[in-house]
Amino acid sequence: MDNLLSIVTFLPMLAAVILLVFLRGDDEAANKNAKWLSLIATSATFLISLFILFQFDPQNTGFQMVEEVEWLLGLQYKMGVDGISVLFVMLTTFMMPLVIAASWDVKHRVKEYMIAFLLLETLMLGVFMALDLVLFYLFFEAGLIPMFLIIGIWGGANRIYASFKFFLYTFLGSVLMLVAMVGMFADAGTTDIEQLMTHQFGSETFSILGVQIVGGLQTLLFIAFFASFAVKMPMWPVHTWLPDAHVQAPTAGSVVLAAILLKMGGYGFLRFSLPMFPVGADVLTPLILWMSVIAIVYTSLVALVQEDMKKLIAYSSVAHMGYVTMGIFAGNQQGIDGAIFQMISHGFISGALFLCVGVIYDRMHTRDIDAYGGLVNRMPAYALIFMLFTMANVGLPGTSGFIGEFLTLVGIFQVNTWVALFATSGVILSAAYALWLYRRVVMGDLIKESLKTITDMSRRERAIFAPLVIATILFGVYPAPILDTIGPSVEALVSNYQTALAEAPSAVTQVAVNH
Amino acid sequence: METLILFSPLVGALLCGFGWKFIGETAAQWVATGFLFLAAALSWIVFLTHDGVTETINILRWIESGTLSTEWAIRLDRLTAIMLIVITTVSALVHLYSFGYMEGDPQWKEGESYKPRFFAYLSFFTFAMLMLVTSDNLIQMFFGWEGVGVASYLLIGFYYRKPSANAAAIKAFVVNRVGDFGFLLGIFAIYFIVDSVRFDDIFAYAPTLAETQLTFLWTDWNAANLIAFLLFIGAMGKSAQLFLHTWLPDAMEGPTPVSALIHAATMVTAGVFLVCRMSPIMEYAPEAMAFVTFVGASTAFFAATVGLVQNDIKRVIAYSTCSQLGYMFVAAGVGVYSVAMFHLFTHAFFKAMLFLGAGSVIHAMHHEQDMRNYGGLRKKIPYTFWAMMIGTLAITGVGIPLTGWIGFAGFASKDAVIESAYAAGPMGYAFWMLVIAALFTSFYSWRLMFMTFYGKPRGDKHTHEHAHESPKVMLIPLGVLALGAVFAGAIWYGSFFGKVNEVVKFFGGTYGEPTAELVEQVAERSPKASELHYVMENAPGEAAIYIAPENTILHEAHYVPTWVKLSPFIAMLIGLGTAYVFYIRDPSIPKRLAENQRPLYQFLLNKWYFDEIYDFIFVKPASAVGRLLWKRGDGNVIDGSLNGVAMGFIPMLTRLAGKAQSGYIFTYAFFMVIGIAALITWMTLSGGAH
Repeated sequence: MDNLLSIVTFLPMLAAVILLVFLRGDDEAANKNAKWLSLIATSATFLISLFILFQFDPQNTGFQMVEEVEWLLGLQYKMGVDGISVLFVMLTTFMMPLVIAASWDVKHRVKEYMIAFLLLETLMLGVFMALDLVLFYLFFEAGLIPMFLIIGIWGGANRIYASFKFFLYTFLGSVLMLVAMVGMFADAGTTDIEQLMTHQFGSETFSILGVQIVGGLQTLLFIAFFASFAVKMPMWPVHTWLPDAHVQAPTAGSVVLAAILLKMGGYGFLRFSLPMFPVGADVLTPLILWMSVIAIVYTSLVALVQEDMKKLIAYSSVAHMGYVTMGIFAGNQQGIDGAIFQMISHGFISGALFLCVGVIYDRMHTRDIDAYGGLVNRMPAYALIFMLFTMANVGLPGTSGFIGEFLTLVGIFQVNTWVALFATSGVILSAAYALWLYRRVVMGDLIKESLKTITDMSRRERAIFAPLVIATILFGVYPAPILDTIGPSVEALVSNYQTALAEAPSAVTQVAVNH
Repeated sequence: METLILFSPLVGALLCGFGWKFIGETAAQWVATGFLFLAAALSWIVFLTHDGVTETINILRWIESGTLSTEWAIRLDRLTAIMLIVITTVSALVHLYSFGYMEGDPQWKEGESYKPRFFAYLSFFTFAMLMLVTSDNLIQMFFGWEGVGVASYLLIGFYYRKPSANAAAIKAFVVNRVGDFGFLLGIFAIYFIVDSVRFDDIFAYAPTLAETQLTFLWTDWNAANLIAFLLFIGAMGKSAQLFLHTWLPDAMEGPTPVSALIHAATMVTAGVFLVCRMSPIMEYAPEAMAFVTFVGASTAFFAATVGLVQNDIKRVIAYSTCSQLGYMFVAAGVGVYSVAMFHLFTHAFFKAMLFLGAGSVIHAMHHEQDMRNYGGLRKKIPYTFWAMMIGTLAITGVGIPLTGWIGFAGFASKDAVIESAYAAGPMGYAFWMLVIAALFTSFYSWRLMFMTFYGKPRGDKHTHEHAHESPKVMLIPLGVLALGAVFAGAIWYGSFFGKVNEVVKFFGGTYGEPTAELVEQVAERSPKASELHYVMENAPGEAAIYIAPENTILHEAHYVPTWVKLSPFIAMLIGLGTAYVFYIRDPSIPKRLAENQRPLYQFLLNKWYFDEIYDFIFVKPASAVGRLLWKRGDGNVIDGSLNGVAMGFIPMLTRLAGKAQSGYIFTYAFFMVIGIAALITWMTLSGGAH
């Protein structure tokens, strides 16, 4: 199959088009058809995407399964995967059938809902596979539109405010990124990502309006991309859209947001920022490391006092993404291996945690922690699953949550022990907020009258959790499939990064040495 | 066989926890217990046939990233073998005991199935603990370390309807994580310098570590000292040492068999095990070792003082455990790891027995735990009484003075600790703290015995009338542990605290002659330097523990002055006498004393106010800061400035696009299209993508 990547990418979109064109009516039967078609399409996408994994050769650090077609107006359509992106593709295709299955009880405008998710999948997959700047930009930015709609139409009471805030943040980043892309094209004369990765952007220090720009063009380009990716991660202090977006989004929206959309930022750093602007990255590394640590400590403390379950988990996501940015900018093998692992693992874990909230939200229609308590009495299976993912979130060894966190910390310790010290304190705070949440929701006697008739998880709900449980434990005990896949590509990335820094003009390396 | 020992508790836990619905509750419990007895039997075979040679069995690949490479593996040496029998034996007995203790638990409603869950947790705990002690690298050890933490969390919070149990469970986990914070930094530092986390590599590197400087935070440190210190922070958390001890007394919220297994015999000794396991590094880290000794001695004293006045029978024993762990750390801190392990080993038997005995009393008294409501139970529950008596004789260290080994288990090991402490620092802080703690230990242990079993029945009359001896499943474990509490010290005295050559051989090392220079040095401080015939010859890591040739404390401890050897015995007698006067002769004394010395009494009763202080300086500020960052930081500062931008700029665009509510989506799409159009136009004009 020469067009494997395109098939995987556009299969969900095809299903969306079929829904749009052929499905008529708004009755029970039509809704059912829409759901089944979406489930089948996303499942098929996952199954086909397994072929990508089978064909993928981890030892080859270049792009594989590349498709290159001349497009209109001199643009090119170019797709491909390497060790850095292939697992994000898999994560996306793996999560989407679960997301659809978790939306089975949606009643309002089912067809449109499914179309939005199917389109979203295509766009997200495109982001991880695009090898052309314009194509990437298209997927990256267009992907937000279905997400706006999901929050804006199927969201909670305050959805307009939340999606507006989400929009506002991402918009500012996007504008800067677009400008940077124009700049890159101007400098390199190409939009081909593979070529851009080998192109050396200028790194001589110059000054604009009297301000010295250490690292020159690279620094400027880095900052422009950073503005966009930092918002997506999200990094402190541009994280405040995330709790609101999560709170207002429907369960499935939160799952996609946490499990996949947040990873676009981290992926962007690894695809663009480090390989293309190594000197710019190096100049800004100290700042980013400290922003990461602040994210870990600050948002963990904030999570401690939340009264809304989704907000708490959202803040915890920000903290976990702090480990990711910290690992990436540690710039060594363990740091980056850990960052990628953490992103994949966070996909399962935070996805599962939002599903856990969804399970009881569907029954009680409130996310207020105080409205719960003592669920274990009537929902033992739920209590067990929630416990597992709480512990995974805390980074318990034996779950996938540990490995990413541990590796990023190992990585950063070699670079900056102060940062490592504060970041490691996250293990204490995460235990505190996660167990405190669990205690208030699940433990205790069941006293509240409203909870007296609550039922344990249905068979459908259990089936949704099963793959996540397996993934979380399997990769915690045996992470080799992931680490082997990303290892060689990360090694190449790290050695290119270090070589580029070594070859950079001396004035810049001076800065690099000083911090 | 080792693999079978390691995994049989896990299999038992899974079958019991998930399979009980299919095979029935009782069968599930027997499955878990059966697997544990299998593990225990095999462990004894391994222990008795172990020849001291270190074996490694690789099971599965684990974390591999660059040069960081770990496997799931079993490392079997003498230290592991000792821990294997301690863990599996006590665990098997506790499983058996729980059949009786958990039967008809009043915390549960009719028809609720809580027992399979309990047994599954116990077995899971055992598995995690075995992972901890069989590990051949620091990360797998950390897996076990956290695994036992989770099991402990689940079991402390086993009575999940009780708010106090839930609070205690979280406290245990979080305080342990403070320790883990240090442990993790220690692992990072080791990997940074040694480039490996496997014990073999680390130990071989130990001499170099001592000469390496490591930049950590603001300055350079000696790598060996820094690493030893960081790892010890982890040990302090797990072993409830001073400053990180606050979780242990609260952990008594768990069912009593849990306290016996986890919070007395096994998990809390993991810290001691860690320090002994890392002996090759510890030997090169004198400053860190001094700190270990100091913390251990302080804990032994502190916990003993608090134990003097507690009224809850389990809390008394909990503080006693905390105090005894301090003894073990002193032994490790002065460099006699074998003695630390000796006390760990004997303590496991007598402390598990004291807890199970206390459980039997609690069971008899319908879950009354306040000793002020006991009294005169000797006749009602005679077997339990005798078991507790043996435990008390063991912990207070009763034996024939100056023989060294003829006595109850605690006599042999505790005196060994005190003599080692004296040898390392004659008249030093550690020595005196331990002797005073020995006096207090004797007092509170006998106080417990007298208040429970002697005098007139106090408290609810009905309860006393119905007090009944426990069933056989509970008494048999007591009997087996009693054997350990009586004989374990005498039997293994030579192996742990005999002549240097015996000890070295037991731990799988080889011994050789000391240099004349060394003998001279020893002669300056110890009278019998001429008796120093052997020192350990192995390089670090070749044997289960490492004793540097210059470390002759083990030898010198045998030649301390006679009054030193007698001191723990005298302390024991004074404690016994005082307790006798206070609680048998004139029971009004304690009350009067408490009234006369009110501030002191309150200070001890409130455990030196540690909880209150921590609440004030950590817990309250954390949530206050959290709230501040949330409302002010996120709310006012970040969102505030964002809104400022938004008010001026975005609404204008939105108006341009038309619709007020979802207009920004069109704005967004619009700008994206414009942007791309601009880019494309320019690209086309400048000649395409290539």
